[in-house]
Amino acid sequence: MNCPECDAELNIPNDAAVGEIVSCSDCGADFEISKKDGSTVEIKQAETVGEDWGE
Amino acid sequence: MSKICIVFDRLRSEEKLLEKQAIDLGNETKMVDAKITHFDTDSNKQNTDFGDVVLERCISYYRGLHFTACIEFLDVPIINKFSVSSLCGNKMLTSIILKKNNIPTPKTYFSFSADAALENIEKIGYPLIIKPVVGSWGRSVIPLKDRDTADAIIEQRGITDGPLDRIFYLQEVVDRPPRDIRVITVNDRPIAAMYRKSSGGFKTNVALGADPEICDITNEIEDLCAKASKAVGGGILGIDLMEDKKRGLMVHEINNTVEFKGLIKVSKTNIPKEMIEFALDSVRK
Repeated sequence: MNCPECDAELNIPNDAAVGEIVSCSDCGADFEISKKDGSTVEIKQAETVGEDWGE
Repeated sequence: MSKICIVFDRLRSEEKLLEKQAIDLGNETKMVDAKITHFDTDSNKQNTDFGDVVLERCISYYRGLHFTACIEFLDVPIINKFSVSSLCGNKMLTSIILKKNNIPTPKTYFSFSADAALENIEKIGYPLIIKPVVGSWGRSVIPLKDRDTADAIIEQRGITDGPLDRIFYLQEVVDRPPRDIRVITVNDRPIAAMYRKSSGGFKTNVALGADPEICDITNEIEDLCAKASKAVGGGILGIDLMEDKKRGLMVHEINNTVEFKGLIKVSKTNIPKEMIEFALDSVRK
C-alpha cells in the first residue's frame, strides 16, 4: 500500500490491528488502520492530537 | 470465563497488553473502537454487547467520559466509573477534592476571567505555574515568572477562547528535586511506582521524554495514594506525587486512563495483569 499523501510505500506490520497508527517513513503522515481482513488493509487519516488527549 | 471489553480510540501498546493479558488469563475479549460505536436512548444490555466489564482506555478525555456515561446507562460495569473520570480529568476538581479530604496538594488558585486571573497573579506574586484544567502530557503547563509572561499567556487564552480557556488554574511552584513520582493504583492499592526525571525543563512527563526510574513504594506513598484513590472513587489510577523539600509528599494530579508504557520498562509488577484481575473482580462482585 502506498501513502495517500506522498505515494511512498507504507510499511504496515503483519500483526498491526484495527485502531493502530502507522506513519509514513517518507513524509511523516499518520494513518489509522480502519479495516483489516487477512492481507487486505484499509487506512484513514489519523485524528490530530486534541486538547483533551492524554491520560 | 468472563468477557472483557477494552474501549479505545487509538490502539496503543497498553491496550494490546491488556487484551493479551485478559486472553492469557482465560477470558474472552472484545476490542471496541469508540469512534465507530453508536448508542441511543433505547440501547440496553440485551441489544448491545460490551461483555461483562468494560475498561475505558480512550486517549480523548471527553470521548471517554461520554462513552463511560453510555456504558453506565446500560448498567454494564466500567472502569473507571463516570464519577471518577469526571473528577480526575479536571485538574481543578481534583485539587478541590484532594484538599477537601486533607490530602497534601500544592496550593492552587482559581480565577474565572482573564482580568481576575491577572489581578490574582499580581496579588500572589511570581513565580506561578499556569495549567489547563483539562489536558495531559504537560501540554500548556507554563511557568509564569514575570508580568510580561503572564500577560502573554493570558492574552493567548483570550485568542483561543475555548470554554475551558476562561478557567484559570494557577499553582504554586513546589520546591522539589527535578523529578516527580508516578504511582499506579488498582483498587486503592499502589502496584508500581517510578520516578520521572526531568529531561532538562521543569516538566517530568514521560510523554515529553522524562527518564523513568523505579521507585520503592514506601509506607508513606502507600498511605497517601490509598487516601487519594479513595477520595476520587477508586478504580485504576495514575497518581502523581511531588516531593516538597519542607512539606514532604504532595499529590498534584490523578490520571484516570493511566498510561504505563514507561513504568512497565522498570517495574517488576505485571501491571496489565493487576488491571485485568481487578476488572474480573469487579464482575464477580
